Amino acid sequence: MKRFDSLKWGSLSPATFWLVFLFTVPLLVIFVYSFYERGTHGELIPAFTFENYLRAIDPLYAGTLWRSIRIALISTLITLGLGYPVAWYIAQQSATKKQLFLFLLIIPFWTNFLVRTYAWIFILRTEGLMNTTLMQLGLIQEPLQILFTETAVIIGLVYTYLPFMILPIYVSIEKLDKSLVDAAIDLGANAWNRFRKVILPLTWPGIAAGCILVFVPSIGAFITPDLLGGARTLMVGNLIQIQFLAARDWPFGAALAFIVMGIVLLLMVIYAWINQRNTGERGGVL
Amino acid sequence: MKTKLSDALLSTSTWIIFAFIYLPIAVLVVFSFNQERINAVWTGFTFDWYIRLFNDSSMHAAIWNSLVVGVASTIIATVLGTLLAYGMHKYRFPGKMLLQSIVYLPIIIPEIVMAVAMLSFYVWIQLTLGTVSIIIAHVSFNISFVAVVVMARLAGLDPELESAARDLGATPWQAFRKVTLPLITPGIIAGALLAFTLSWDDFLIAFFTAGVGSTTLPMRVYSMIKFGVSPEINAISTLMLLFSMILIFVALRIQGIYSAAGVERASRK
Repeated sequence: MKRFDSLKWGSLSPATFWLVFLFTVPLLVIFVYSFYERGTHGELIPAFTFENYLRAIDPLYAGTLWRSIRIALISTLITLGLGYPVAWYIAQQSATKKQLFLFLLIIPFWTNFLVRTYAWIFILRTEGLMNTTLMQLGLIQEPLQILFTETAVIIGLVYTYLPFMILPIYVSIEKLDKSLVDAAIDLGANAWNRFRKVILPLTWPGIAAGCILVFVPSIGAFITPDLLGGARTLMVGNLIQIQFLAARDWPFGAALAFIVMGIVLLLMVIYAWINQRNTGERGGVL
Repeated sequence: MKTKLSDALLSTSTWIIFAFIYLPIAVLVVFSFNQERINAVWTGFTFDWYIRLFNDSSMHAAIWNSLVVGVASTIIATVLGTLLAYGMHKYRFPGKMLLQSIVYLPIIIPEIVMAVAMLSFYVWIQLTLGTVSIIIAHVSFNISFVAVVVMARLAGLDPELESAARDLGATPWQAFRKVTLPLITPGIIAGALLAFTLSWDDFLIAFFTAGVGSTTLPMRVYSMIKFGVSPEINAISTLMLLFSMILIFVALRIQGIYSAAGVERASRK
């Protein structure tokens, strides 16, 4: 007979209880709501309909969904382009300098998201710092309209999530076996071939992790498009918020939330699969 | 020669990126002391915007609400998250993989999805929206963050230590409390600081789960930003940045104290 282990139960059950009943159940609630119908006054009518999901791909809303994917994708690619060289440079530094750079990258994580977004409103708006300065210098006659455009949203996302891209790539560059690069030099590979055939494949796990870490919060972004974007740059996060807090169409909002979650989970599965295949391959070679 | 050029390019681009990360924040801070209200032109130094903030009673209430939510959710999440990490680290049980996925869920799913799920659930169980509902929501995601940080610390621990305590006659609870707990304290403090920061900075979840009179500081800042740009926002932003810096400093100090104590203990051997 097994004895009752009070430490086992005492340590595991409170948090498990909390996560199941106060986190997982709420997700199930909106999953159920996503099949409901909306009453004329916004009340929830139990039903089993796919109408809400079909509405999300209706031309009226599909544009928003598509725009979210596009903005998230562009932001991810820009952070990758900007982040990779920085990660590479940091990895080449001395131990003390590395620590300083990493510390400087982590500080923004501790500062408020709204504050960082507001900084860009302050810079980009018509009477903002950028336009005022450029006009004083006589470089432009009319203020540039950047705030409330897609460009501003992308700038905001790149700004916020750049450290998410740099850190995992840095880790994978650190793990890179430098003798493999030396071997490529000995074999006569030029800089481009060394990068393309040796460095890039070996740092791929870091790139994939960075892309996921930037893409996932970008596709579900609410604050950035809400503050830096305008009515024509609505993203799916804004659409969900409108359904819940303004339009009172919870079933449709719930369906949109689950579409976002579906995209995120799909990416996670692909990522896990790539990772598994990569380690599998390496195991085979060694 | 060619590598010299590429090195110069790399270092220049790195400095530009760091300027890109820090300049907007620096500008924000500088202009919080500017007299001019509307235009981004420097007209003179002033503390006016800070004085206005200190006299703004709605700001006091918001800061108080954020502190209450932050402290309460941090305490609950730190206790539950630490216990969870310990249980997950030590025991094997059916459904462990499933529990592990549930633990990672709050970290990976988009905030907006979490926010609408919490709102729907609280309305369904007819919980009055207010400070309590925000605390419950914050605990729900903070448990996971604390658990992950503490699990990392547990992974680096020598499993023999607890068995040694058991051999010396300690009960499982005593072994946990007297041996493991002190050793993972730096991880617990790091987890608690992370939890407090996440709660203190959260706008979106609070925005959906708050009720009348439970406006938090980020919610107040959001409505100020929505209303229009003003130097008071620069001032409150500066104070929030200062507060974050203090938290980072505290975190580093605690880590420093613990690693110094570790060195001392090792040298005494």
